[in-house]
Amino acid sequence: MERSYEKYFRQNRLPHMWCPGCGNGIAMKAIVQAIEKKPGLTQDNTVIVSGIGCSSRASGYMDFDTLHTAHGRAIPFATGIKLANPELNVVVITGDGDCTAIGGNHFIHGCRRNVDLTVVLFNNNIYGMTGGQASPMTPLGKKATTAPYGSVDRPFDACNLAEAAGATYVARSTAYHEPHLVDMIAGGFDNKGFSFIEAMVQCPTAYGRKNKLGSPADMLKWMRDNAVMKAAWDKLPADKKTEEKFPIGLLYQAAAMDYDTAYDQVIERAGGAAK
Amino acid sequence: MKSEITIKMARCKGCGICVAFCPKQVLALDELGKVQVVNGDACIACGQCELRCPDYAIFVDKGAAK
Amino acid sequence: MSKARLMQGNEACAEGAIAAGVRFFAGYPITPSTEVAETMAKLLPRVGGKFVQMEDEIASMGAILGASLAGQKVMDATSGPGFSLKQELIGYAACAEIPCVLVNVQRVGPSTGQPTAPSQADVMQARWGTHGDHPIIALAPWSVRETYDATVMAVNYAERFRTPVILLMDEIVGHLREKVELPEAGELDVYPRRSPKKTRAEGYEPFAPDTDLVPNVADFGQGYHIHVTGLIHDDTGFPAGSPKVTEDSIHRLHEKIARVGEEIIHTEEYFMDDAEYAVVAFGGTARTAYEAVANARKKGQKVGLLRLMTIWPFADQAIARLAARVKGIMVAELNYGQVVNEVRRAVNGHCPVEFCGKYNMQTFEPAEIEAGIDALCGEGNK
Repeated sequence: MERSYEKYFRQNRLPHMWCPGCGNGIAMKAIVQAIEKKPGLTQDNTVIVSGIGCSSRASGYMDFDTLHTAHGRAIPFATGIKLANPELNVVVITGDGDCTAIGGNHFIHGCRRNVDLTVVLFNNNIYGMTGGQASPMTPLGKKATTAPYGSVDRPFDACNLAEAAGATYVARSTAYHEPHLVDMIAGGFDNKGFSFIEAMVQCPTAYGRKNKLGSPADMLKWMRDNAVMKAAWDKLPADKKTEEKFPIGLLYQAAAMDYDTAYDQVIERAGGAAK
Repeated sequence: MKSEITIKMARCKGCGICVAFCPKQVLALDELGKVQVVNGDACIACGQCELRCPDYAIFVDKGAAK
Repeated sequence: MSKARLMQGNEACAEGAIAAGVRFFAGYPITPSTEVAETMAKLLPRVGGKFVQMEDEIASMGAILGASLAGQKVMDATSGPGFSLKQELIGYAACAEIPCVLVNVQRVGPSTGQPTAPSQADVMQARWGTHGDHPIIALAPWSVRETYDATVMAVNYAERFRTPVILLMDEIVGHLREKVELPEAGELDVYPRRSPKKTRAEGYEPFAPDTDLVPNVADFGQGYHIHVTGLIHDDTGFPAGSPKVTEDSIHRLHEKIARVGEEIIHTEEYFMDDAEYAVVAFGGTARTAYEAVANARKKGQKVGLLRLMTIWPFADQAIARLAARVKGIMVAELNYGQVVNEVRRAVNGHCPVEFCGKYNMQTFEPAEIEAGIDALCGEGNK
């Protein structure tokens, strides 16, 4: 039976260009399934904005108004779209390099401004499109073509970064936990403000092979074995929070006025509301 | 037959995720490295293959007995 | 009550933008352009528009491109270092054909240079600042009132050609205060946002060119499900790796502007009726050149002034016509020599072309240009 989410894909663009076993396809499916859960989000009123990199090719496969921007710049473009037409639901798809390296400044300021965007970061721990260079989210000691002896650059925890910078919804899930990932993204749609979801995805071709992490299935099993649901994570004794373990779930939520609502007050004060 | 397995062969890249996660060894990769059903009767329609397929190439429907 | 108002060029730019329909501005503080942003921050919410101060120059350029795709007319303003930072997204706007206006109130460079002394040294950066081949439109007003008009024109050209337009101001005009009377609402010709002429069912392709070679790209939210990318793309908007699509695409980007020829190339002549020599200048320098030429006329020198308002595309034909009329041309500009080389190219050896440049933070004194005119005209013409 044809799956109902298939209508959200540009069928003539599939199969997608990602490598065999790449987790990006799972994360992209999770996004459209989350959209399907929210009747307010339609193909006509939802815009997908992406940066540059493997993750950001997703926009081309999704049957909405889609924007494939420049490297790192998806959040500024998305900010302009949302403020220019607040009726649009704006979803940003980005990667670990795109979002936290070249787009790092835009990321933290997007969080700070609390623009009503839902940002999904496909974290594959590496620059895949350019052939496997280290990203700001490559774990310590892991190898990359530009870190042949293991990375000594301390990585970002993008969720902590988003929370500290002012995002009002911060969640993490993995390609292994696909239905959970769908829920985390759908929760982001419910939040009127800057929502950030880190989707951990496997890159078997560059990251996995370089670090001898086994098959794509093995990489998914690693996610299964090391992800800890937030409630359990909070109760976990410090000595059990080993290096590879990480929390998933809704990590942080806060109530704050979104930027567009705040700017409406500016328009009101300036006397332009009737215009 | 407990279930109906649909494979969109043009989308399958042969990553082996579905094979690895199938609890009943229903699936295998063929000589060309693409997924094939080798033991359909054993399928319990758990949907692990469909859930984890990154390429939307395999679908399982319950109880579509023919 | 007189409608005349005292304002500076940067304020007139903001007023012109709003009159032309700009309803979204993103910017980042940088002198000597900051008053454009400040004025937009004040005026935009009064007309229901939005101003956002972004975290950096690149972000402000990205935000206006997003807002433009969502249907608003947009502008951003900067100066030298910011202009450098925005180049990648200017190229994006050219490739993805996104209407936008970028104001560059030039200051002395390179690098941080001399903030914020006047300069006209970004002429070539406006033309060639980004990577890859694409045309650009750049306008350089010389007065406060013309800044208003040029901004309206820039917005209209951006919409009509779906291209980035550079308003290439300089600090002289940006901070100049003059008494101006602005037109009433309704007196202006405002180019509307282009819209699709086909439905999806009729086979709409967002980047298929209209008869004027400009595509009628749908705004986001109109139900067309378009794809926009900075990759070279075909009429559908999707990336295409073929040599033919690449060649056709780059050719069309150039041709959609080149085909209108002199229609968008604005120049003005002063004291040219019987002139045997000519000064070529633009922007704030043209004001000094005007006075210098007027003084030279009083001394009996047969010299005139050709002022360029459109800097890009370059006024090749106007310069060629000038070269056929005069015995010599002098280009006065606040840089080490930029427009002068374009003039030499257009003159193509038909008359001598002299250069009068200045790059020491200071504007020209009329006497400096008059000295250049004396040398140009030579002893025999005194």
